[in-house]
Amino acid sequence: MFWEPDKECMEREELEQLQLERLQATLNRVYANVPFYRKKFDGMGIAPEDIQSLADVSRLPFTTKADLRDNYPYGLFAVPMREVVRVHASSGTTGQATVVGYTRNDIKTWSNLVARIITEAGVTKDDVIQIAFGYGLFTGAFGLHYGAERIGASVIPASSGNTARQIQIMRDFKTTALVGTPSYAMLIGETLQEKGIPVSALSLKYGLFGSEPWSEAMRKEIEAKLGIIATDNYGLSEVMGPGISGECLERKGLHINEDHFLVEVVDPETLQPVPPGEEGELIITSLTKEAFPMIRYRTRDLTRMLSGDCPCGRTGRRMRRVTGRTDDMLIIRGVNVFPSQIESVLFEFEGTEPHYQIVIDRKGPMDEVTVLVEADESIFFDQMKLQRTLVEKIKKRLAQELGIAVEVKLVEKKTLQRFEGKAKRVIDNRKL
Amino acid sequence: MLKVKNLQVYYGMIHALRSASLHVSRKEIVALIGANGAGKTTLLSAVSGVVRSASGEVSLDGKAITRERPDRIVREGIAHVPEGRHVFKPLSVEDNLLLGAYHRYTLRKRAAIRDEIEAVFSLFPALAGRRKQVAGTLSGGEQQMLAIGRALLSSPKVLLLDEPSMGLAPKVVREIFDHISKLRKERGMTILLVEQNARGALSIADRGYVLETGRVVLQGSSEELLANRDVQRAYLGRERES
Repeated sequence: MFWEPDKECMEREELEQLQLERLQATLNRVYANVPFYRKKFDGMGIAPEDIQSLADVSRLPFTTKADLRDNYPYGLFAVPMREVVRVHASSGTTGQATVVGYTRNDIKTWSNLVARIITEAGVTKDDVIQIAFGYGLFTGAFGLHYGAERIGASVIPASSGNTARQIQIMRDFKTTALVGTPSYAMLIGETLQEKGIPVSALSLKYGLFGSEPWSEAMRKEIEAKLGIIATDNYGLSEVMGPGISGECLERKGLHINEDHFLVEVVDPETLQPVPPGEEGELIITSLTKEAFPMIRYRTRDLTRMLSGDCPCGRTGRRMRRVTGRTDDMLIIRGVNVFPSQIESVLFEFEGTEPHYQIVIDRKGPMDEVTVLVEADESIFFDQMKLQRTLVEKIKKRLAQELGIAVEVKLVEKKTLQRFEGKAKRVIDNRKL
Repeated sequence: MLKVKNLQVYYGMIHALRSASLHVSRKEIVALIGANGAGKTTLLSAVSGVVRSASGEVSLDGKAITRERPDRIVREGIAHVPEGRHVFKPLSVEDNLLLGAYHRYTLRKRAAIRDEIEAVFSLFPALAGRRKQVAGTLSGGEQQMLAIGRALLSSPKVLLLDEPSMGLAPKVVREIFDHISKLRKERGMTILLVEQNARGALSIADRGYVLETGRVVLQGSSEELLANRDVQRAYLGRERES
């Protein structure tokens, strides 16, 4: 099933002409309307008209999350606020939140792109679709909501949480498609089992999941627990929200909506393009956004482009599901945690060595973090009390810094593995 | 069908067109809108070869026609109806149309070309009754129809129309736009339309491009452009809440 077959199955040459036209128009607009981009382009001696091919995009500067923060809240908007009809924001766990805006046309485009994703995942206007993403500043719930309405499905804005109620709605309202995070789908599946509710009591057929990395193994488990076909979809609020790419029922990678987004994959160290098909950081340039155009956004998400055609007939390139991040960001109980935050806390304390390891386990539905840190010999020599106070102090500081509780264990000097080259500080035992 | 990539045009020191790219697909009507001096006419003229571009590519059905001579470009299938009609005023309506086929006229084709002229008369009945009249005595709207008819006699694949509504009474403007719409519907014509009357142009076009100081700043479906506040403010003359 297709939502816009003429767009989704466009000839490559035709698509590339369209991309170039849209890229050039976007560059002309940001250069005229966004001082941040104008300054950056001028600083590099680039005029919008210098970009004459899609490959030329590599001459443009990157935009990072830090740029968004520095221009908080509306500095990167390309239209006056009176033309903005919607504002979303992403969480600010490591500092300032980032704010994005949409014009009326942007909302229409967004709905349409999500409609494509929903349609390729099997959902039609005859489906009853339950949105179990949290409604609010995040883009997930509203993005899927508008897209589902666009195709004419019956939308239940259940929002997230209250699993028992979700299940009741699912039963009573005869929900046929579930939208949410894969981990929440898991939790719903587990809850069904605990309560002894068979999947046959539900009408579920499809699950559309996204906003966090998940694996094939997890997909199989979710599909078995909920009796559905589960697909992955991808997006990030800084670029638009959901609707950037999604799996069709073939589930051979995520089809990118290339007529609206120009994607590159670069080596996160050198920032140079990786050879075709190799893994790297996904870089996205928006081609049609009016209120909040984005030039070469560094997503920090790791993926690679897949080769070969998809049997479904869509011609857009496909990306492998995102499996990791370039910046080691961990998601612990829904909170973004950077290992560097933990490291900087450890350095505040005397009596510890600069060797540590972060171990993450999942016990039941909860993530547990243990920080192992090497301590001076002096502390291990008959100083139990000192050890205990040190551990308590570190724990307190980490909780303060990260916003979540973590375990801390002191270990003897030289007991943690040493690394030549890049250290592997994080051991993630969670089965994603 | 018609593809334009990175077209650059200079008039002396003036950079009139800066990396303009656009395309028109088969049987599409595409509007090119923008203020006076934005580069709309320059772009059309660079496509038809009347103005020479400094760089960039123009192709028709995959064949490069960049910087060809205008008469070669007409033969390839591009007909340019210039702003201000420019009909041959002392000549009859019929002879004006016949001149449109000048480059392909042979005795053997005479009958076929006669038929094509009749086809133009059935397309523009207003002209049929005036076939022997000299073009200079026609009204503005009729002269516009004649200019379009003359372009059709070159049997083009793509029609470039420059400001067809200019200087015409509102009722006649509507008529001209209806005719352009019909050209596509009945004859499957592919049309690139330059207009200052943005609302009129977008009402019959599938897509549009907005030019500002030689740059394409917006592109999209007619519906999207009509909903864009910049377009509304600058080219539609008023703010409209949709």
